[in-house]
Amino acid sequence: MEYKNHMKLEFDSKSQNEAFARVVVASFAAQLDPTLEEIADIKTAVSEAVTNSIIHGYEDRMGVVKLTCQITNNVLEIVVEDEGKGIDDINRAMEPLFTSKPELERSGMGFTVMETFMDEINVYSEPGKGTSIRMVKKFKSLVAE
Amino acid sequence: MLLNYQAMDNKLIVKLDGELDHHVAENIRIELDEMIEKKRTKHLIFDLANLQFMDSSGIGVIMGRYKNISKMGGKVAIIEVPEKIDKIFTLSGLYRIVEKYPNITEALDRL
Ligand SMILES: Nc1ncnc2c1ncn2[C@@H]1O[C@H](COP(=O)(O)OP(=O)(O)OP(=O)(O)O)[C@@H](O)[C@H]1O
Ligand SMILES: [Mg+2]
Repeated sequence: MEYKNHMKLEFDSKSQNEAFARVVVASFAAQLDPTLEEIADIKTAVSEAVTNSIIHGYEDRMGVVKLTCQITNNVLEIVVEDEGKGIDDINRAMEPLFTSKPELERSGMGFTVMETFMDEINVYSEPGKGTSIRMVKKFKSLVAE
Repeated sequence: MLLNYQAMDNKLIVKLDGELDHHVAENIRIELDEMIEKKRTKHLIFDLANLQFMDSSGIGVIMGRYKNISKMGGKVAIIEVPEKIDKIFTLSGLYRIVEKYPNITEALDRL
C-alpha cells in the first residue's frame, strides 16, 4: 500500500521564521522514523533554502515564503518558494563559494549544503518573478503504517 | 543563542549555546568583535559542545572572525564539535583554515 501525506505553510520573510520552518519540517518528517542524522540534514537544508529566500529573494523587504512537504512512502519532498528577485545564472549561483553578498559575510555554501545533505535538488528561478527550490530526501526507514 | 566567555592570557574561549543561524548571526558578530577587542584577543577558541544547530550562516561568522584574527597573526580553533555539525565544517573546507581539537586542554596546549 502506498503511504501519502502532505502539508503546506506560508509565512512572512522574517528571520524569526527560519527556526520555525526547520522545526515544522522536522516534526512533519517524524512519521518517517528518521535517524538523528537524517533530521539534522533536512533541518539544515530547509534553513538554507528559507534563509536564501529572505536574504536574497526579498533582500529584507517583506514578502511571503511558501513551504510544502509531500511524503510518498519513505520519500520526503520539500519545496521552498519565494516571489522575490530571482536568480540570473543558476549554475553560477550553485557553485561552491559563490555569493552575491560577500559584504554580509555569506560563505556561498548554502546550495552546496542543500545538494550534499539531500538526495536531489532542483532549482527553478526567473529574474523578477521568484525562485522555487525542490529537495528530495529518501529515508532509510520503512514507512510506518 | 547564548555566548559565554573566558579569557586566558591572549586567548579568548567562546562557548556557543543554542542555534546559530542567519537570525542570530548579526548580533553574535557584533558581540564577538566587541569582546575580541576588549580582551585584546590573539587566539580565538570556539567551544561548540552545546551548539544544537548551525547552517552556512555559522560558517560565515567563523570565517569572518578568522579573517580578522589571522590578520593580526592569531589563530582560530574549534573544540568539542558535535557530530552533526562536523559534517558542515568538513564540507565547507573550514578545517583548512581553522584548527580542530577534541577539548580545551589540547587547544590551550597547541595555541
Ligand atoms: N531565493 C533566492 N533568490 C534570489 N537569489 C538567490 C536565492 N537563493 C540563492 N540565490 C543566489 O544564489 C547565491 C548562492 O546561494 P548560496 O545559498 O549557495 O550562498 P549564499 O546564500 O550567498 O551564502 P551562504 O548560504 O553560505 O550564507 C546567492 O548569493 C544569491 O545570489
Ligand atoms: Mg545561502
